[in-house]
Amino acid sequence: MTAHPGTADTAAKIVPQDVPAHASAGGTEAPVFYETKEHHAESSTMLGFWIYLMSDALIFAVLFATYGVLGRNYAAGPSPADLFDLPLIALNTALLLFSSITYGVAMLEVEKRRMGLTLFWLGVTGLFGLGFLGIELYEFHHLIEQGAGPQRSAFLSAFFALVGTHGLHVTFGIIWLVTLMFQLPKRGFIPENRRRLLCLGMFWHFLDVIWIGVFTFVYLMGVLLA
Amino acid sequence: MFSDPDVQQFIFGRLTWEAIPYHDPILLMTFVAVALGGIALLGAVTYFGKWGYLWNEWFTSVDHKKIGIMYGILAIVMLLRGFADAIMMLTQKAIAFGPNEGYLPPHHFDQVFTAHGVIMIFFFAMPLVTAVMNFVMPLQIGARDVAFPFLNNFSFWMTAGGAAITMLSLFVGEFARTGWLAYPPLSGAAYSPGVGVDYYIWGLQVAGVGTTLSGINLIATIVKMRAPGMTMMKLPVFTWTTLCTNILIVAAFPVLTATLTLLTLDRYVGTHFFTNDLGGNPMMYINLIWIWGHPEVYILILPAFGIFSEVVSTFCGKRLFGYASMVYATVVITILSYLVWLHHFFTMGSGASVNAFFGITTMIISIPTGAKIFNWLFTMYRGRIRYEVPMLWTIGFMVTFVIGGMTGVLLAVPPADFVLHNGLFLIAHFHNVIIGGVVFGLMAGINYWWPKAFGYKLDHFWGATSFWFWLTGFYFTFMPMYVLGLMGVTRRLNHFDDPSLQIWFMISTFGACLIALGIATFIIQMVVSFMRRHELRDVTGDPWQGRTLEWSTSSPPPDYNFAFTPVIHDLDAWWDMKRRGHSRPTEGYRPIHMPKNTSTGIFLSGLSTVLAFALIWYIWWLAAASFIGLLVVAIAHTFNYKRDFYIPAEEVMRSENRRNQALAAE
Repeated sequence: MTAHPGTADTAAKIVPQDVPAHASAGGTEAPVFYETKEHHAESSTMLGFWIYLMSDALIFAVLFATYGVLGRNYAAGPSPADLFDLPLIALNTALLLFSSITYGVAMLEVEKRRMGLTLFWLGVTGLFGLGFLGIELYEFHHLIEQGAGPQRSAFLSAFFALVGTHGLHVTFGIIWLVTLMFQLPKRGFIPENRRRLLCLGMFWHFLDVIWIGVFTFVYLMGVLLA
Repeated sequence: MFSDPDVQQFIFGRLTWEAIPYHDPILLMTFVAVALGGIALLGAVTYFGKWGYLWNEWFTSVDHKKIGIMYGILAIVMLLRGFADAIMMLTQKAIAFGPNEGYLPPHHFDQVFTAHGVIMIFFFAMPLVTAVMNFVMPLQIGARDVAFPFLNNFSFWMTAGGAAITMLSLFVGEFARTGWLAYPPLSGAAYSPGVGVDYYIWGLQVAGVGTTLSGINLIATIVKMRAPGMTMMKLPVFTWTTLCTNILIVAAFPVLTATLTLLTLDRYVGTHFFTNDLGGNPMMYINLIWIWGHPEVYILILPAFGIFSEVVSTFCGKRLFGYASMVYATVVITILSYLVWLHHFFTMGSGASVNAFFGITTMIISIPTGAKIFNWLFTMYRGRIRYEVPMLWTIGFMVTFVIGGMTGVLLAVPPADFVLHNGLFLIAHFHNVIIGGVVFGLMAGINYWWPKAFGYKLDHFWGATSFWFWLTGFYFTFMPMYVLGLMGVTRRLNHFDDPSLQIWFMISTFGACLIALGIATFIIQMVVSFMRRHELRDVTGDPWQGRTLEWSTSSPPPDYNFAFTPVIHDLDAWWDMKRRGHSRPTEGYRPIHMPKNTSTGIFLSGLSTVLAFALIWYIWWLAAASFIGLLVVAIAHTFNYKRDFYIPAEEVMRSENRRNQALAAE
């Protein structure tokens, strides 16, 4: 073997330098260096999913910031006060908030292990979600009909991007919900399914929080401060 | 092909034969070379009957060590592409003076510098950093895998998919001609109507999904899966830097995703986020992209700092000097990296107060960074330094990076920046810190952990040769650029009129040739080491007298990493175990709970790549089909509940006994 400095055989002679001379005394304690029993790391799913939600929150942060910067650039086109129908949006908001309550009720039924009622409340949640999406699509359609589509001005581009991204999230939430409504009766309340329900719950409530921001910042302030 | 143009447009979108650049001899030659090489590789795999092995043991593997190695292979392949772009640019600059137009016309040159930047950052540096984090970090914290093993496999394949999309632009269509951050309005539909920017967007979006998920995964791993006794202030420094880098990834990449999505809407839907008309604001894009972009450079450098910390303390045989200050410095850099983005465009015109704020925050970053440099120096002080290859890279780094850091502080002064902005001084500065910091760090890391990954050391001679070529090549390439930059030469030019500048570009190109030799000798180093692997074999699993837990297991580690989870009492856990005379249990093995391999990740990534291709070329039916395919595969995956298995205790015993015998024979 070529003997350049530091090959294994020379390296092996190196004495630890930071060990005090009396360190051998520490060896008598015979500390435990290995876990000989089965070592179970606790599940990381909730933490991981929560971090994912925070990363998603940043996507919304960018969209809110963009709306904040571009939201008054009407380009001689319509402004929020011209366009938004607050009673309709209030209804829409109510649907989404109620869907969070019904999701909570479903989770209470999960705790009581009642499959039928769990599925019922999940179904109600999904219907509220669909109602919300229906109104949103109606609103978008109506705006585009009036010539207030996303191409009209930077304000409308930012509006459609922010509200549309939230709507897309709700759509994926509903797809996820339906998937779980198939998996629950098939497998029962096994830990995997309960974990998935918790994750979807976090996702669903997160979308509520985002919506409250949208409702306040885009709709209420848009109309009231016009 | 079709008599009816509508039918053809429906089937192929805007993809026509015109998109294949067979009229360009450079691209044609490259294509022939890539095709022949590809056919040879695929033929060899088929001939040796290795498809099953590759598929079962690698492509579908959820083992963090194998995924780490695959990231590494992807990165090194992409380094070759990115470097080819670099040397093309520099040779063009060295010859294109006065009447000589060189060989790269502007439309091609612009694609080359864009591709160089995109590939080097997203598909060389990022995957290689992820490779090291993925491989090393779980071993350092005594874990058996990452928190979400399937997600890890999926993340890798998304990164590979993004790389594939970017590479495809070489042979089908074109790449962006906008620079690596694709500033609007140039990158908008009005000024870049072709597919180039779309390739850029979708390549980064696909890879970005992988990066973000990988970030979430590694954070959860560090927070939840540390061995018992490993409190946060007993984490190895590399794991600390990994944690901070992944926090930055999770906090920065969504911004990139959202920003590119808005640019996509401008290009595809006709919105007005970043256009010049109807209320759009291009500066919004530039702010947003740098809110991602500045943390990104710390995403790359922090793990390199971690690698240097491990290398310095190992090869000086000493505990790292100032561990706590190292940790705090890392955390401070993590936070400050969000408060400096505006220094990338002081010339925007945001006014003196704003520029002063961002200039000062930028200068403050040099304080924790300087603290780190002193910590490494004090670790070396009175240490018994072994000049192994990783240590050479570390010393090369310390000298080079300090120069790059100082030119950075110079650029942080707004008035100076007004002069140097968009010039070669800036180019020299960021190559100074990225090559001198990130690349040197990764090379140190590869040389340091290679024996852990493969069971034999890398050859010293070729490693040292590679180091010296890289180091001298770096100085020859970039010091002339500092000079040119101070003389006022701007970046991204493919032709010059003033002949007095030519000598500097020729020196620079000579330097690039030295770096080429550095890359070549690095590849020779790997090949030679593989051939001499029996001589270079390390059976101890601890070839460098290591201090952290990854050196306590065999090289390469078994699938389950540790038969018994280690219990940690000290910062340098493995050093402590050796010092106080630990003894490996040789009986009482238990079955080990492990995740199963899965092919879902590779299918999802394949479908995403097809979706991206369809969107780039406006092939809407294919886009819809692949999107539905994505949903179906993802949902089908959730119906699979059997994702784990147990390695039987007998098998653990067999593999541990083999190691015990090998250790006894030593």
